[in-house]
Parts: sequence; C-alpha cells; structure tokens
Amino acid sequence: LFRREQLEDELDAELRFHLDRLTDANLAHGLDPEAARRQAVLAMDGIERRKEECRDTRRVAWVENTARDLRHAARVLRRSPGFTAVAILSLALGVGANTAIFQLLNAVRLRTLPVADPHELANVRIVGGHGGMGLNDGFNSEFTNPMWEAIRDRQEAFSGAFAWNLTGFAIGRGAESQFVTGLWVSGDLFAALRVVPERGRLFSPADDRRGCAPRSAVISHAFWQGHFGGSDEVIGATLQMFGRTFDVIGVTPPEFFGLEVGKHFDVALPICVAAVTGDLLDLRHVWWLTVMGRLKPGWTIARASEHLKAISPAVFDATAPAGYASNAAETYRKFRMTAEPAESGVSRVRETYGRSLWMLLAMTGLVLLIACANLANLMLARAAAREREVAIRVAIGASRSRIAFQLLAESLLLAGIGAVIGAAMATFVSRAVVAFLTTPREPLLLDAPMDWRVFAFTAATGVITCIAFGLAPAVRSSLIEPGAAVKSGGRTTSGGERLVVKRLLVAGQVSVSLILLVLALLFVRSVRNLLTADTGFRRDGIVFASFGDMSGARGTAAEMKARLLTTQAALLEQVRSTPGVESAASSTQFLLTGSSWTQGIRLEPGRGSSKFTYVSSDYFRTLGIPIRAGRDVNDYDAADGRKVALVNETFVQQYLGSGAAIGRSIRTIAEPGYPEAVYDVIGVVGDTKYADLREGNPPIAYVPLTQHPNVHSLKGIVIRASGSLPDVIAEVRRRAGLVSRDIATGFDVFETHVRERLVRERMMAWLSGFFAVLAAALATIGLYGVVAYMVVSRRSEIGIRLALGATTPGIVWLVLRETALLVAIGVVVGVGLSLVAARSAAALLFGLSPHDVPTILAAVVLLAVTAGLAGYVPARRASKVDPMEALRCE
Amino acid sequence: VSKPSDLVQGTLDLLILKIIALEALHGWAISQRLKQVSGDVLQVSDGSLYPALHKLEQEGWITATWKPTENNRRAKFYELTRAGRKELERETANWQRLSNAITGVVKLKEA
Repeated sequence: LFRREQLEDELDAELRFHLDRLTDANLAHGLDPEAARRQAVLAMDGIERRKEECRDTRRVAWVENTARDLRHAARVLRRSPGFTAVAILSLALGVGANTAIFQLLNAVRLRTLPVADPHELANVRIVGGHGGMGLNDGFNSEFTNPMWEAIRDRQEAFSGAFAWNLTGFAIGRGAESQFVTGLWVSGDLFAALRVVPERGRLFSPADDRRGCAPRSAVISHAFWQGHFGGSDEVIGATLQMFGRTFDVIGVTPPEFFGLEVGKHFDVALPICVAAVTGDLLDLRHVWWLTVMGRLKPGWTIARASEHLKAISPAVFDATAPAGYASNAAETYRKFRMTAEPAESGVSRVRETYGRSLWMLLAMTGLVLLIACANLANLMLARAAAREREVAIRVAIGASRSRIAFQLLAESLLLAGIGAVIGAAMATFVSRAVVAFLTTPREPLLLDAPMDWRVFAFTAATGVITCIAFGLAPAVRSSLIEPGAAVKSGGRTTSGGERLVVKRLLVAGQVSVSLILLVLALLFVRSVRNLLTADTGFRRDGIVFASFGDMSGARGTAAEMKARLLTTQAALLEQVRSTPGVESAASSTQFLLTGSSWTQGIRLEPGRGSSKFTYVSSDYFRTLGIPIRAGRDVNDYDAADGRKVALVNETFVQQYLGSGAAIGRSIRTIAEPGYPEAVYDVIGVVGDTKYADLREGNPPIAYVPLTQHPNVHSLKGIVIRASGSLPDVIAEVRRRAGLVSRDIATGFDVFETHVRERLVRERMMAWLSGFFAVLAAALATIGLYGVVAYMVVSRRSEIGIRLALGATTPGIVWLVLRETALLVAIGVVVGVGLSLVAARSAAALLFGLSPHDVPTILAAVVLLAVTAGLAGYVPARRASKVDPMEALRCE
Repeated sequence: VSKPSDLVQGTLDLLILKIIALEALHGWAISQRLKQVSGDVLQVSDGSLYPALHKLEQEGWITATWKPTENNRRAKFYELTRAGRKELERETANWQRLSNAITGVVKLKEA
C-alpha cells in the first residue's frame, strides 16, 4: 500500500517499454512513425484499462481505491461547503435522534444487569399475576414473606434464590429526617448475584434470620460517596432508621445499582429487620417481595418453570391467608409459579416507556428517511452537473463499478461524518430525555452509555442512510452513455426522467411528514385532554400532606388505632387552624396518585367491587365534590356506632339501581384485616376520577375514618389553601412538629403532581412535535428544491409563454399546479399510512380515537399551507422571468 | 473483447509459465516468443499479457526483476519460482489429460 507510487511507476515503465518495442516493430514493417505509434496503442487495447487490470490483481487494490476515492470525495465536498454543511447537519440530526432514542431503549430494555453471568438469573412469578389480591407494596410486588420462605425452603432449581423489595427508608429523626431509596434483601442475595464488596462485607444468610437484631446496613457506592463523602471510615459509621441505630458493614461496587433498572438503591437491610415495622414478616396478605434465583448449572428456564409449577401447591397451601371469603381463598390455592428470564432485571420504566420508545424510534427513523430523500435529491442534482466529467472518464476506459464507487464514496463520507456528529449529539439528547422524565417523586437514574449495541446501531444507521441516498444516483451516473452525454454539451439529456424520480421522492416526503404530523397532533391533543379532563373536583390550591409516625411505639391493634386516631385528629386540628387553609380533611387515599384500595361487595344477587376511601368530615367540601343527597360524615359516626357510608353516582347506577339510595345497605366481602361489614348509605356524592387521570370514574364508597377496621399508620390530610402554598406548607410542617417530634411530614402540590404523572404523555407530545416540525421543514425544503429546479429548467418555456401573452397569475398557477399535484399525491398516501401508524399508537392516546378526523384534517391543512408557500416562492419568481432574457439564454 | 478468445480458457497461464521456464524474459520478449513458437497460431493481444503476468506474480509463481535489456533499456524480467515450477508441472499434466481426452473424442467421431 505504501509502495503504491513506486508500483505505479514500474507499471507505467513496463507498459511503456512494451509500447515502444511494439512501435519499433511497426516501424520496421515500414509504417510511418505516427501510424506505427497509433497501431501500437490500438494493439494494447486501452492502456489505462490494462493498467487498471494489473492493479486489480494486487490484493490491496480495493483498500487503495477506497482510500483514494475517499480523498477525492473529501476534496469534492470541500469545494461545496454549503451543500456539505446542509447534508451533514441533516444527517447528524437524523442519526443523532435515532441513536439517542435507541440508547434509551438499550438502557431500559436490552442491557443486562451488571453482575456475573446475568443470563443465569430467573424471576419467579405467579402465572397471570396475583390479580391485585391483598395489599401491594410497590412495583413488582409478587410475593408475601411467608411465600418467599416457603419457596426458599422447597425449591431445588436455583443454586441461590433471593428476595428483595425496593422502598423508601427515612434516615435520621423527626424534622431532620430524609428519605433515601431502601432495599430489603434476603441474606443470600449478594452471594447469589456474586457481588463483590468494595469495602467491608455484604450480608450473608447469617444476617437474615428470623428475630435478628436490627443492627447492620449495607450501602451503595453512590450513597457512600454522597452521604459519607467516600470516607475510609465508613465501615462502622452509623445510620438512624426506624428509631434504631444501624452500623454500616459494607459498600457495594459502583456498577451495582440493585435489580430494578431506572432506580439506584442507597441503603440495603436484611428482610428480617422488617419486623421492626410491625408483623410484616408474618402477614400473609401483604405482597411486597420480588423473588429471583440463579439457575443451577445445567438447568434451563423451562426446567425451572416445571419445577416451580410442581412445588406450587405445597407453597400456596402452606401460606394461604386467613380472612378471605371462600372463593378468593380458592383462587389463591390455584396460583401456579413460573420462571422468567431476568438477565436485564425488572423495570417499571421498561413497562411504562418501552412502547413509547419504540414509537419514538419509528418516528426518528421516518425523520431520517425524509432527510435521506432530501439528500438523494441533492445528490441527483450534483450527479447531473457532473455527467460530462463521468462521461469522459467512461470514454477513456474507467470501469463503471469504479465510477459508481467513487460517487458512493462521497455519500459514505457524508454519512460517516453525519453519524459521528450524530452519535456525539445522541448522548446529550438521551441525557436530556432522562432529565425530562425525572421527577422529584420518581427519580429516573438511567445509565445510557455508548456500548457496542449502540455503536452497531449507529454504524448500521449510517450505512443504511448512505445507501439510501447515495446508491441510486451513483448507479445512475455510472450507466451514462458517454457519447450522448458528451455530445449534449453539458445540457442534461435525461432531465425529464430524473425529474420523475425527484417528484416521487418529494411526494414520499410529503406523505411521511404527514404521518409524523398526525402522530404529533394526536399526542399533543392527548396531553391537552388529560390536563383539561373533568376530574369531578376542584384541582387548584390542593395540597396533599402525608405523615409518618417514627416513634416506633407498639401495642395491641386497638391501642394502636386509638393512639393513631387521636394523633390524626390533633394533626387535622392544627392544619385546619393554619392561616391560609380554607378547609382540610383526613383521607386514606389521595386522588390521582396511583394508590388504590378495592374491596369486594355482596349484591342481591351476585357480587361486585368498589373503591373504598376512609375520610374525615369536610372531605367533600375540601375537594369541591358536590353532595347530591344525604349528609356528610360527622363526629357522631363513631367507631362503635352504626356503620355508614357515602357512595358516588356511578356506585348508585351500577349497584343500587333506581329508587332512593339512602338507607340501602352495602355488605363487603371479607379480606385479611377487613372483615365482612355492613354499611348504611347516608349520602350520594358526585363522581370523580380515582387512581389515574387516564381511567374513567369508578364506583367509590366513602366510610368515616373512625370506622376503618385496622388503622396501623397515620393517614394523609387533604388541604385546600387560599394562601401561598409554600407558606402554608412550611406552617403545617411546623405545627406537625408541635403535635409530636416523631412525625415525619411530606407534601405534594396536586397540580404539580398531576403534571409529573403525565410525564410520559408530555414527553411523547414534545418529542413527537419536535420530530414532526423537523420532518415538515425537511419536506418543505425538498419541495422547494424540486419546484425551483423545475422552474429553472423550464425558464425558456416560461419566457416563450410570457412573450406569447401568458399572464403572471397564469404562470404562477402553472407552477403551483405542479406543487399541488405532488402534495395531493403525498397527502393521499400519507393519510392512508397515518391511519395505520396511528392505530399502533392507540394505547398511548387519551380521549380521542387514533382515527380522529379533525386531527388528520388539521395535519393535512398545516402541511398543505406550508407546501403551498414552498411552491409559491419559486412560482412567483417564474412569473417574473424576463421573456427577452430567458430567450436570449437559449 | 479483453479475453484472448482464440486461447482455451486458462491456457495463457500455462504458456507463459512454459516460456519463461527456459529463461527469464521481459513482457515484450514473452509476447514475441509466444507468436514465434506457436507459428502465429496463438494470438495473444499485447494488452492482455500484462494483467496475466501480474496475476501470476501475485500468485507467487513468477518473480520479476528490473534488468537492462540487450539494447540497454531497463525492463522487467520475469522468471519462474519454485512454486511456479510445481504449478507448471501440474498445469502441464492437466493439459496432457485434457488434450488426450479431446483427441480421443475427436478420433471417435472420425471412426
């Protein structure tokens, strides 16, 4: 490769030598010198081609050619900086957007957990889930502790089985307490995952025995750095949690974040320590653990599933919760377990955003497609301008494949540079998206690095783009007939045909950008619908205050309830007297925060279910929910008095039918901790949404908090404030401290909270809107380019028309007709494709059908107007053509 | 056009190897010798000789050195390598087999 020049010289000399000898021989035959030379050259049958054939036999020829082509391409591109900049910028945007979205997909979907041999990990689940039975704590809460213990003692599929739960721990006391991400782990979790401590030691099975002393904690690398400043004296340092003092015994390595992708744990405690919070370890209806295991050598997921299915009856018989009505207990006994691959851990993010990300990847793909179409058009135009050059090179013997490759080299270079810049941009974009999705309540800690998958994806995108916009022009050019091209003297001969290709490309761009516009408008309108949806209550000025009792005091259930209700009443009293608070009420549920409590009810005949919310008086006034009939909860609804309930209108319609609702009774179906009870209906209230803004209005029954069957924690308080919210919050926090030093408080401004919960919808609206605008802009540029090109190539025709008396509007219309035709074709195809595309987005929409006619119309009008402008500018210019000048050019 | 149509495919290699097996020669001499020994029956276009030579060189069957010619111009002389000699034997044997077979067939038709 490096001796290239020398080899070239030798080749040259060798062939020249032969040529000279041949000429001499011809001279000897009596030809005159000139004829002798010509005969010799003819005999050689194209010296340059022979040279090329000789070069081809050298193995490195292609490397050499590629290097030379790239150098040549770089020179050509440097000569037209404007074109190059536009091309690289649009490619970088396209590739960057694609790579960024792919990085996120890769991070939440494809990457494996950073532990040894992650493919051996399996997640134990109940086939079809547990159907919301009992109390669920957090995402992926698949098992109760008794079930986990039964599985651990019976399973033979895993060399190490472990359980965990991701939750919040409060560190410190009272007002100084702070929330950290806590991880309950079984004793063999770290051993089974083969996590090697960075400092100290991690838990072993000996740390997780029933009745263990709450003494040791393991912390994450990030927490060690953040909370302890990375100090070497961290081992033996203490943390205050659950009113107890814990010693830090070890630090996990930096790459280990836990098992849920998108979350990073701070502090880990053995599961046995959960006994300090109550009888969590023995409760058979509180589902809070995720169970996983590392397969024994030689075991497959399928074999483990069989095994888990086989031990299921024993596990569920041994752990059946008491207190359920008979058929719920029957359902429980019929549960069957299975194993699922868990090499990438579990992730709420994955389930929430997986679909959205695929959707966005498709959209960015379309944007890139439009960018490619634009470039293809530009490359075609450039190829046309270079037709003569190519023709000459074909004539002197360059092979067609070499010419095609040389032109492709330009595309390759553009795509390469675009991909590199795009990849660099992608990291910023994906970080920005992660930042957008992070809310104070749900921090999203997602590592989206450039790993080999992302790299392969970017490279593949680059190559595909290059082929998409570069191949067709390159092949076309290489097929040029040298004679015709040279003869035409630089004027294009195949203009008409090429214009057809250009028109098709532009029509395609119009249809693709219509798809993106329709999708973007659908997402934007969804967000609007969600934000303006009728929730059935007044949303402004609402603050949710939650309280936690950190005293760690214990007692019998009745004592606990009495004490907690007294504290609750004192808190409510303090809140109500806070300046700026209009009204306030205690409640077990905060609306639209995702939390939910459903209980079965017995009907005559049959059974149904309803949401149950336990409230104090003034709840309806505070939220502005109208009481349609009957009365509110009041102080006379005592724990031991007549059990009463208010129901909403949906409840009445579904279960009570026509006739007076008040005075009817509701009989609940027993559940652990919630024995069967009969409530008399004392009032009917307006409908509201419940756990989620995206859902409809469910039947809800409201029961006085005093009649709650098992109060074991402080409940929240709903506040309607008229004053400034930060002032009210600060004052309530202070007053809560007056009630007891051991009360931790937390606040959520309702409107902020709603917006945060709609973060996915807002992300889709913003990003799809951005991509759609980008697409429309690119398509408009493409359209403008083609129309302008057409105007130039028909300049003389237009000149003649004007000379013969065509009017200015006539010419404008002539050109616009062209634009209109292209747009019309694009729109017709685009609408068809949009209908298909929108259907796949249906699950992400709210309050409108994917085939929403106004949305599609709006998109069409928007695109038509933009396209009209893109066509009007060159059309106007065409009508200004000076006929004399145009004709003189001829 | 570029293929020596009057040569059986692949025999050009054999001819070149055979010719330079006797002595190192440059391209021009090879082409002359080819015409000479075959009595002008085998026509090799002047151009197609060089790609063939370069291919043989690339295969490692022949090597080239620059030497002065009889009239003192420098030219590239090709000679056989050890591997080339082996290749020549192989090719010759192949050719013998092939021509025997063809002769047989042709005679059969005459009979």
